[in-house]
Amino acid sequence: MKTTAIDKKTLFAYLEEIKDPEIPVLSIVDLGIVRDIKLNDDELEIIITPTYTGCPAMDMIAAAIKIEMATLGFKKIKVTHVISPAWTTDWMSEEGKRKLKEYGIAPPNPRQQVCNDKLFAADEAVQCPHCNSWHTHRISEFGSTACKALYQCDDCKEPFDYFKCH
Amino acid sequence: MNSTKIDYILHLADNALILGQRNSEWCGHGPILEQDIAITNISLDLIGQSRSFYQYAAQLINEAYKLQETKAPPAEGFGEATEDSLAYLRTEREFKNCLLVEQLNGDWAQTMLRQFLFSCYQFYLYKYLQSNPDKTIAAIAEKSLKEVSYHLRWSSEWIIRLGDGTEESRNRMMTAIDELWRYSGELFIAAPYEIELNIDLASLKTEWDNKVKAVMEEATLPVPEKVFMQTGGKTGTHTEQLGYILSDLQYMQRAYPGCEW
Repeated sequence: MKTTAIDKKTLFAYLEEIKDPEIPVLSIVDLGIVRDIKLNDDELEIIITPTYTGCPAMDMIAAAIKIEMATLGFKKIKVTHVISPAWTTDWMSEEGKRKLKEYGIAPPNPRQQVCNDKLFAADEAVQCPHCNSWHTHRISEFGSTACKALYQCDDCKEPFDYFKCH
Repeated sequence: MNSTKIDYILHLADNALILGQRNSEWCGHGPILEQDIAITNISLDLIGQSRSFYQYAAQLINEAYKLQETKAPPAEGFGEATEDSLAYLRTEREFKNCLLVEQLNGDWAQTMLRQFLFSCYQFYLYKYLQSNPDKTIAAIAEKSLKEVSYHLRWSSEWIIRLGDGTEESRNRMMTAIDELWRYSGELFIAAPYEIELNIDLASLKTEWDNKVKAVMEEATLPVPEKVFMQTGGKTGTHTEQLGYILSDLQYMQRAYPGCEW
């Protein structure tokens, strides 16, 4: 008897359940790190890409994918890491950006503003995720994780993380 | 056998690993919290880059041994070459990193100058390697370039801030230049594997010279001329500093071969 094949869309829905361990509101699909899913005979291959080469969450994410897919009955599961094309914040879903803001992290701006080598470039205008003010300033170009910078709001005075465009 | 290419990949990996390890010594000791976080984030990027290169080198080493139908060189605790065996079980003479990256952190000025000189080199090198005929090297370069752009901008700003800052910060930069400049030449003196792979270090040097000069000028710092350049790191003859850093880095695997946690 022929079993109903699980299609890619359904598999992506299951992968939505796996969150980035550093930012637990974002799924790995929202983040744009799941690049493709391939079904080769009886082997399931999930292709992922790191946000930063040193991202310590990648091994955890790969393990979580294997566990999640094993619960669906897949026996052979392979998680492949690719680094080209290099991940960019453009791959983050709109839904992901909304969730980030709700969580208190300013989402990446749609246009790259700071990804160049100009010195002492004016701070990127980043909106405070708490009070929506645009009067904010950068405290540090490097934040609590490699993908974030640290900002502070000049109106509500709250410091916040900005998921830097990359 | 691809031994030339393997040597070159190990050279790229060792540069990133050793500088990453050095910078990580600042963890918990940075002058202020934000800069402590910045330098350790740079460490993380560099160690990530070294992992990509080591994984690729390990793959090529294992493939080469399979072709010869011999077993890979014995690596205690590891069946075959892996990113870990390459980082943790090679000796000082087998490391191919430049002398610059193994130098002591010194004060913040010295760490910043080392980072600036090296990031500037890595920035143009990765730009160049993006079009390398080897697809994996090109992909790692493309990915890492984005990270290095941040390192270069951040360290350049520190050179200017310190060089054109107070009397004390300027004096510290001058001491750092005295200490480190002699290691900058090696970046552009080709090792046998770079010659064989036709790595165009001459054009990289021109780009590096221009950028370094522009930043140093803005920092009101002199660019030293006619300095005798130390070499040897790329072919395994290191300064005394590397032995200490490796004994720190490799201690666990040497004491407990194959340990994991």
